[in-house]
Amino acid sequence: MSAVTRLSTLAALWRLVRFARPALPRLIGGMVAGLVAGLVALAIPQVLEVLVDSAVGADARDAIVPATLAILGLGLLEAGAILVRRWLVLTPNTRVEAAMRSALYERLQRLPVSFHDRWASGQLLSRAVSDLSLIRRWLAFGLVLLVVNGVTVLVGAVLLIGIQPVLGIVFIVGALPIWIIAARFERTYSVAARRSQDQAGDLATAVEESVHGIRVLKAFGRGGYVQEKFERQAEQLRGTELEKARAAAVLWRWLTLIPDTVLALCLIVGVIIAAQGGLTAGALVAFFATATVLRFPLDSIGFLLAFTLDARNATDRFFEVIDTPVDIEDPRDPLAIEAPRGRLEFRGVHFRYADAKDDAKDLIDGVDLVVEPGETMALVGITGSGKSTITALVPRLYDVTGGEILLDGVDIRRLRLSELRRHVAMAFEDSTLFSDSVRDNVLLGAEDRSDAALKQALEVAQADFVDDLPNGVDTVIGEEGLSLSGGQRQRLALARAVAAAPRVLVLDDPLSALDVDTEARVEAGLRRVLADTTALIVAHRPSTVALADRVALLDEGRVAAVGTHSELLATSERYRFVISSLDDEPHLGEGCGLDIDDEVRRASRDEERGAETLGIPLGEGGRS
Amino acid sequence: MTATPATGVQGEDRDDLTREESKALRRRSVRLLGSLLAPLKGRFVATLVVVVVSTALQVAGPALIAVGIDTGIPALVAGDWGPLAWAGGGFVVAGIAGALLIGRYQIMQAKISQAILFELRRRVFRKTQRLSLEFHESYTSGRIISRQTSDLDSIRELLDSGLGNLVTGVLYVLFTGIALVALDPPSGLVLAVALIPLWFLTRWFQTRSQRLFRQTRTTSAKLIVRFVETMTGIRAVQAFRKEGRNDEVFQGLVEDNRVANAKVFRLFGTFDPGLVLIGNVTVAAVLLVGGFRVADGGLAIGVLLAVVLYVRRFFDPLEDLAMFYNGYQSAAAALEKISGVLEERPTVSDPDHPVPLPDPRGRLRFDAVRFGYGDGPVILPEFSLDVPAGETIALVGSTGAGKSTLAKLISRFYDPSAGAITLDGVDLREAAPRDLRSAVVMVTQEAYLFSGTVADNIALGKPSASREEIVAAARAVGAHDFIEALPDGYDTDVNKRGGRVSAGQRQLLSFARAFIADPAVLILDEATASLDIPSERAVQTALQTLLAERTAIIIAHRLSTVAIADRVLVMEHGRIVEDGSPAELIAGTGRFASLHAAWRDSLA
Repeated sequence: MSAVTRLSTLAALWRLVRFARPALPRLIGGMVAGLVAGLVALAIPQVLEVLVDSAVGADARDAIVPATLAILGLGLLEAGAILVRRWLVLTPNTRVEAAMRSALYERLQRLPVSFHDRWASGQLLSRAVSDLSLIRRWLAFGLVLLVVNGVTVLVGAVLLIGIQPVLGIVFIVGALPIWIIAARFERTYSVAARRSQDQAGDLATAVEESVHGIRVLKAFGRGGYVQEKFERQAEQLRGTELEKARAAAVLWRWLTLIPDTVLALCLIVGVIIAAQGGLTAGALVAFFATATVLRFPLDSIGFLLAFTLDARNATDRFFEVIDTPVDIEDPRDPLAIEAPRGRLEFRGVHFRYADAKDDAKDLIDGVDLVVEPGETMALVGITGSGKSTITALVPRLYDVTGGEILLDGVDIRRLRLSELRRHVAMAFEDSTLFSDSVRDNVLLGAEDRSDAALKQALEVAQADFVDDLPNGVDTVIGEEGLSLSGGQRQRLALARAVAAAPRVLVLDDPLSALDVDTEARVEAGLRRVLADTTALIVAHRPSTVALADRVALLDEGRVAAVGTHSELLATSERYRFVISSLDDEPHLGEGCGLDIDDEVRRASRDEERGAETLGIPLGEGGRS
Repeated sequence: MTATPATGVQGEDRDDLTREESKALRRRSVRLLGSLLAPLKGRFVATLVVVVVSTALQVAGPALIAVGIDTGIPALVAGDWGPLAWAGGGFVVAGIAGALLIGRYQIMQAKISQAILFELRRRVFRKTQRLSLEFHESYTSGRIISRQTSDLDSIRELLDSGLGNLVTGVLYVLFTGIALVALDPPSGLVLAVALIPLWFLTRWFQTRSQRLFRQTRTTSAKLIVRFVETMTGIRAVQAFRKEGRNDEVFQGLVEDNRVANAKVFRLFGTFDPGLVLIGNVTVAAVLLVGGFRVADGGLAIGVLLAVVLYVRRFFDPLEDLAMFYNGYQSAAAALEKISGVLEERPTVSDPDHPVPLPDPRGRLRFDAVRFGYGDGPVILPEFSLDVPAGETIALVGSTGAGKSTLAKLISRFYDPSAGAITLDGVDLREAAPRDLRSAVVMVTQEAYLFSGTVADNIALGKPSASREEIVAAARAVGAHDFIEALPDGYDTDVNKRGGRVSAGQRQLLSFARAFIADPAVLILDEATASLDIPSERAVQTALQTLLAERTAIIIAHRLSTVAIADRVLVMEHGRIVEDGSPAELIAGTGRFASLHAAWRDSLA
């Protein structure tokens, strides 16, 4: 990703200091305690040597009790030091993790929509959850144990050589391959592990699609077909998992084989030396006991190094988000609108996505449009003409790439975001609601949080179904609460925009999921609100257009014509083509789909290019 | 307290299960586990043998050191290399063989758990596909997905690490204990005494960790839901300035999760040193008891060393063992839920003796069909209808009149509760499912696209389709031009940016999918609802040629669509109230005539 200048592992991890600073003193304390525990564990065998040698000596009985007591004391000390290490390290580390998590979330909320377009929420989630907990574990254990075990191994090696140089060297040289094997294992294993993660992700996607698309699959009888595909994918995953298991098995084999063989060698060499009198029985016992103590620290070094690399990658992924500049933010010296009237002006507005092809035309290709205070302007055009994109530019969900948008004569980029978004409220085509009560959802952007305001907004949006919910307006909805139909959600989203009582109301096809009767009633309510509010409404149906004072016809990112509905009908052939359909909404009392599936609605239909179905002769329309 | 029985998935949301019901659920899980393990019996036994031998060999080490020191040294002093060769050689052999076997065991164990997982995945997936729409409409997609993902994950975790650690851990502890007792019974006695505080410590850990782990799981689940909700709804978050309030809420959730985690770590922070403490005290005790006997000459030094090594090693796997129960608990809960899904029976079942429909012509007959969803109100009280092959029918009527229900019955998403529907004289319930699915295809306003290319998505209607056929189908429905304009044309990935298609475009693709399937009966349920008006016109034109020799059922609220029908049915409350050609009905005085008149006025 940011492969421009790849930091060294140390420098990459050093960035954590920013968040870990408050925990540093206790982290260091934890290391000290860990070192004490490690050294005490090494001291026990040395006392053992004294004990054994005295047990076979002359003054045997007198020495045993004090030596045992010493071992007991050291044993207590070791347990105590481990306790101290853990308790010192744990709490501050959870704080570091929590602070990083909150910081990530805060950052993500402020990064512009264009950032979120690029990043799947799953990607962000894995950073917020698994990466951060990996970093926490590394700080608490990885880092501490790397230092502690490193020192323990060094001291242990010195001790072993001290007991008997030949034996010590045999042991250490014999054990070295473990590091190499553990490090090499990490490389093969992490490749397979990453592949298995990807494959598991693909499998999860296959599962999701097979459930979300169940109607399509059933309608076409493709159950068997997706089953085969799924089983192929599951088979691949199984293959990768077995590959991982094989790599782990090889590692375990060596991790068992090397120390045991080395100990066996030491036994043979040790016995020979002891038989020649070069080693007391106690020293031999101490040697084996010390070697046993060293086994875990020795084994662990390879893992800890790999763990450090993992932590480094997790840190990279975290900072990748944290360091992304927020390019839609408050201006340095913001202006304020004293008495907002709600005059909206587009002046030569251009917009294109940052990742658009170079030769692609701008999505919004020079829009000039004025919406007077209190006026309602409908945006009409075929799919891909840029209607939804224009609406998203007004609250600065995206910034224009050329020209400017003025609110009461002020470039919206000169306003604080909070002020701009207080003046402008939006209802989206895909009506996102949050896991909160109906009340909190509707009053989300409202200054006036009174019951009366709530009631009025619900009334405008014809959301009377709220009264029938288990707890009325206090019913919790959203992911964690009651699920509502598409039409119900859309009405609440509309109520939310209305309750915000903005100067400018931006509605992106706000009635698409409503059945015709409800639509008519909502329109009646909206008319009252729109009387003194500036509004920009994306319209697909003539009935929605009827709400507007004037209509702007968009074509290929430009305003092709502006006028009243009847003016445009009379003067613009293109307008007739787009809106005066073969059937001007002859309702059969038919719901246009309260049960419209989210998937259909979710696609913000106008951000895409194409969909030109212009091959149809214009006259062809009026059949019947 | 049996509001709903605990069969199938119904027990899932209840926390008031009676003792018998919980027992029944557990039995169901065990049965499922048994059926998964049955074909692996041989491998299972072989794996057990390997791990037993391997653990025994690994445990032999300290005993061999004892032999080497106690008999090897004196023998060597006397010039006899024999004992040393035996002990040293034995140690080498035991070490190598034990290591090879433990590696072998890990692979064997992975094969077993992967085989179980694969089979479980396969079964759940197949069951999900088989279960009728009725099930899917009540059991939300989120739940069925978490059965197949997070629940399977907890089982995977148990199989991958938990179970393996349990087996090796138990054997290790067991063999170490046995070796200790065999080598020096008094030391065995000391260890036995140490087991008492160990038992209490472990029990304390287990009961507390169970509760604390549940807390970490629930707090992290809440955090994740909030996180995902914010990120997917980021437009609304920013447009309505919810960032500040979200920060507060999220920080609260992070803190809850942190506290829950910290409690778990503190638990480990006590348990782990506790184990070390008991271990070290036991070592001291063993030394005290052994030291005097060594001084008396009653115990060899090598044995004392081996005893110390055994005691130290005895405590190593205990933490893993204590953890096993947690993994086991969540896996057991997962297995309970999965076995519930597997227990469900499709309400629309495959026929025992399927009648093939090799060359369907498309004559549809409803014979006194009665239908209602589940125990709900009757939608179709007694519905009879005869549709000759090749006829295009338009269904008109208000919401709830039963039009979509009719469509679902024809595609056999549901079966009638009385009466019969026949296609070319064959009862749909008797028709071979594969033939029925290729004969009858339904396009709804829900135009779902699967990940993959545009071409893949069209080809879903006919997996064997060539590129030419795909392009032809796209051309036929007027989708070709927009597809060509996509970054990679037909090979554009529909999930990638720039390849993302609008709701109307999705609908065109789903039309293309239906046309390439070339069914004898085509059902369009509000299939043009998301199209913009020009696109709809294009589809209309295409439909006229495409529907020429097919039976078609069109449900639409726009009268223009109705005009291309041979016959219009106006439905009300599950009954046909008007039936005739569009011209006839318009000329009459019925409902359709007045609707049509109103529409003509609106055009003027």
